[in-house]
Amino acid sequence: MSAADGTAREARRFRLPAINPVWFILAALIAAIAIENANFLAPIGYMNFLKRAAPLAILAAGQVYVIVSGGFDLSVGSLITLTVVGSSMLTNNDPAATYWVIPLMLAMGAVVGLVNGLVVSVLRVPSLIATLGMMITLNGLAFLWSGGAPRGYLPETFRFFGRVNLLDVPLVNILPVALLVMIGVGTLLTLLMHRTAYGKLLHAVGDNPRAAFLAGVPVARVRVTAFVISSLSAVVAGILLGGFAGVSTDVGAGYELQAITAAVIGGAQLLGGRGTVPAAMAGALTLNAIFTLLNFLGLPKPVRDVVQGLILIAAVALATLRRRRAGR
Amino acid sequence: MSVFAMEGITKAFPGVKALSDVSFACAAGEVHALVGENGAGKSTLMKILSGVYQPDAGRVVLGGETVRFRHPVDAIAAGVSVIHQEFSLLPDRTVAQNIFLGREPSRRGIVDERAMERDTARILKSFTGEHGISPQSLVGDLSIAAQQMVEIAKAVSVDAKVLVFDEPTAALDEAECEILFAIVEDLARKGIAIVYITHRMREVTRLADRVTVLKDGEIAARFDDVPEPQAIVAAMVGRDIGEFYPPPAEPEEIGGPLLVVEDGGNARLKNIALTLRAGEIVGLAGVQGAGRTALAAALFGAEPFTQGRVSLAGARVDIASPRAAIAAGIVMLPGDRKAEGLVLMQSVRDNAMLAARAAGRMLSGIARTPFGTQREIDALLKAVDVRAGSFDQEIATLSGGNQQKAILARWLALKPRVLLFVEPTRGVDVNAKAGIYRAMRELARGGSAILMVSSDLPEVLGVADRVLVMQAGRIVSERPRGTSEADIMHDATGEAHRVAA
Repeated sequence: MSAADGTAREARRFRLPAINPVWFILAALIAAIAIENANFLAPIGYMNFLKRAAPLAILAAGQVYVIVSGGFDLSVGSLITLTVVGSSMLTNNDPAATYWVIPLMLAMGAVVGLVNGLVVSVLRVPSLIATLGMMITLNGLAFLWSGGAPRGYLPETFRFFGRVNLLDVPLVNILPVALLVMIGVGTLLTLLMHRTAYGKLLHAVGDNPRAAFLAGVPVARVRVTAFVISSLSAVVAGILLGGFAGVSTDVGAGYELQAITAAVIGGAQLLGGRGTVPAAMAGALTLNAIFTLLNFLGLPKPVRDVVQGLILIAAVALATLRRRRAGR
Repeated sequence: MSVFAMEGITKAFPGVKALSDVSFACAAGEVHALVGENGAGKSTLMKILSGVYQPDAGRVVLGGETVRFRHPVDAIAAGVSVIHQEFSLLPDRTVAQNIFLGREPSRRGIVDERAMERDTARILKSFTGEHGISPQSLVGDLSIAAQQMVEIAKAVSVDAKVLVFDEPTAALDEAECEILFAIVEDLARKGIAIVYITHRMREVTRLADRVTVLKDGEIAARFDDVPEPQAIVAAMVGRDIGEFYPPPAEPEEIGGPLLVVEDGGNARLKNIALTLRAGEIVGLAGVQGAGRTALAAALFGAEPFTQGRVSLAGARVDIASPRAAIAAGIVMLPGDRKAEGLVLMQSVRDNAMLAARAAGRMLSGIARTPFGTQREIDALLKAVDVRAGSFDQEIATLSGGNQQKAILARWLALKPRVLLFVEPTRGVDVNAKAGIYRAMRELARGGSAILMVSSDLPEVLGVADRVLVMQAGRIVSERPRGTSEADIMHDATGEAHRVAA
C-alpha cells in the first residue's frame, strides 16, 4: 500500500454517509403513530406529543454532557421531584412567588451539580455511585420537605411553562410554551457542545482523561461543568413537569434512566467520548414515540418498563456491534 | 531444509492489496529478520503464517506438508507461535498458571499445581541469563521484560518449531534487550526457526542470519548475508534516505541556560541538577526504571518535584501541573502515544488543537484558539507532513508515525520554549523517524531547548548534542556527542554509581 493509495482509501471511508440512525427510527415511529391515529397529524396532536416529550428531551440534552464526559447522572430524576415539591412549598399558592422561586430552584440545581461534580472529580467516587447517593438523598429531602404528602398547587404563573399553549400562532395554530423552552435549551446546549472549545474539551476528557490532562485541559473544571449542566437541565425539566403533571413525590421517578436511554438511543457512547445533543434529544422523542405507540396499542405501564429496558440493552449492543464492524 | 515455507502468498483486503506473491521461508536454527515500514505487510504475512488470516492465493508448507490453518489454535498445535507486542497473559494468575493456561496437567481431575510449577521452572531454567522469575509469582507483578519471557516460555512449552517475534524490544531497555538476544540465540541453537520483526537495524545486524525486506506488500529485497544497515534501510524506503540523523548543533548555535533545575527530587528522583540550553538537544539515557520518564514527568508537572528549585530563563517557576508547565512554555510529548497522547475518537485536527484550545477560554469558538486559528493549525499539520485524506477523519485511522506527527503539531502550535520528547519514535517507521529528528533539530535551531528520553540508544547518540545518563533516580554522568554505546551502558549499569539502599 503506497501512501497515495492509503490516503485515498482513508478519504473514501471518511465520506461514508454519517446520518445518525436515530432520525430514521424516529421518522418510522412517527409514521406508525400517524397511521394508528390520524389525529396525530393535526397540530393539536403532534404539539401535545412534543409538549409531553419536552421535559425528557431537555433532560437528555443535559445528561449527554455527563455521558460524553465519561460518567452517568442518576440524580436528575429525584432533582426533578425536589424541584416540583420545593416549588410548591415555596410558592405557597402565591402567583408572584414564581419569579424568585424559579431562580432559586436553578441555583439549587447548580449546587447539586457542583457537589456531584466535585465528589466525582476531586474525591474520585465513580459517578454511578456518587449520583446514586445523591438520588437517594434528594428523594429523602423532597419527602422531608413536603412531610410526605405534598399539598397545595403550583400557581398558574409557574404552570405557564409546562401547561400553556399559545393560540392563534400562524402556520401551526397552537404552540406550547414547553416546546419553546425545549427549542431554546436545546439550541443553547447544542451550541455549547458543538460550537465551543468547551464541547471539544469535554469530548477529549471523556475519551482519554489522561491525555487531556497531559495536554493541559482543566479536567476537573470540565467535568464539574458537565454535572452542573445536567442538574440545571433537570430543574428546567422539573419546572415543565410541574406545569402539567402536578405535585407529587414521585413525579421525577424513573426519569434518570429514561434520560440515559434517550442519550444512548441517540448514539452517545457510555463511558464517554462520543455523543451529540440533537441526537440525544431525538432519542428522547423516539422513546416518547414508542411509549405513545404502546399506549395506542393499549399496553399497560409495566410493558413500557420492559420495552424501555430492552431498548437500553439493544441500543448499547447495536452501537458496540456497529463500532466493531467499523474496525474500532 | 526449511522448517516452514510460504509460497506465492497473496492477500487482499477490501480496497487494498496487502500482499502480492510473497515467498518467505525459515530453516531450523535460523533467525530470519523481517523488516519494512509500517503497513508494508509484515504483520499480515505473519498473521497468515499463524492462522489468523487465510491467504487468497499461495500456500504454507510446514515440515514438508501443505497446511491450512483455520485458527491460531491450529497453528499453535502445529508448532507455530507468535510473541506479540501486546502480551496475552493474565496478570492476576501465576507464571505457571499462565504457561499452562487451558491445558493444565491434572491428577484425578484436580489441577496438579506442583507438576505445573515443576515444568515451568524447568523451562525457565533453560533460558540463559539471570531473570529470577519464580513459577509462583503473579504475572502482573513482573516487569515487562519478565512478562515477555513468560510469553516466550509459554510458546516453548508447546514444543514450538517456529517462533515469530513481533518487535520484541519495543518496551525493553538496553540490559533487558541483551537478555532477550541471548534467549533468541539460544532458541535458535536448539533448532527452532525464528522470524524476527523489528524496526531497529542494530538488532538485525546482531541477530539475523538472513534478512527479508517487505515494501508495499511485495518483497523489496532479500539478503542471505546481513548487509550494512544503510542497504537495508534503502530497500525499506525504496531510496537512499541520505543523512538519517540531522547534523548536530554548531557551538555558536547553543545559547544560554533556559531551564535550570537545582537539587530537584521527589519519590522517584534524587538530587537532580540539570541545565537545558537554548538551541541544544540533550539526550537522557538509562535502563528501564532509572527515572528518565520520571524526570520528564517532573519537569512537565505531571509528577512534580517535591523539593528543589526550577527556573526558566532566569525566573523561578513552580510547575505543579501540566497546565502550569504549558503556561510557562514547557511541553511534553508523552511516551505512550495511545494512553497519554491521543484522543482516539476525535479528528486529526481536534487532536492537534487540543492543547491550544485548553489554553484558551472555554466559550471561544471551535475555530479559534489563543495560539492560532484552525487554518493556521491545519498549515502546521501540513508542515510536519501528516498524511491524511482529510484532517476531519478520526486520528485512529492514521498510522503510528502520522499520529505522532499530529501530536507534535499539537505542541508546536504553542510555540514552546522547552520540549520534552519521551520515546518520540516508538512504533514509528523509518521515514517518519527521520522527519521527527529533523523537526527536533529545527526547533532547537529556532531557540528551543530539547530534552529527549529514548530507549533506542543509537537514536540518542545520533540526535543529541550531549547525553545525560541516569541510574536509580539520579543523573550519574554526562557524556558529549560522539560517545560510544558502551560508555553509556557502563554509566547506566555501572556499580560505581549505584547508591546503597
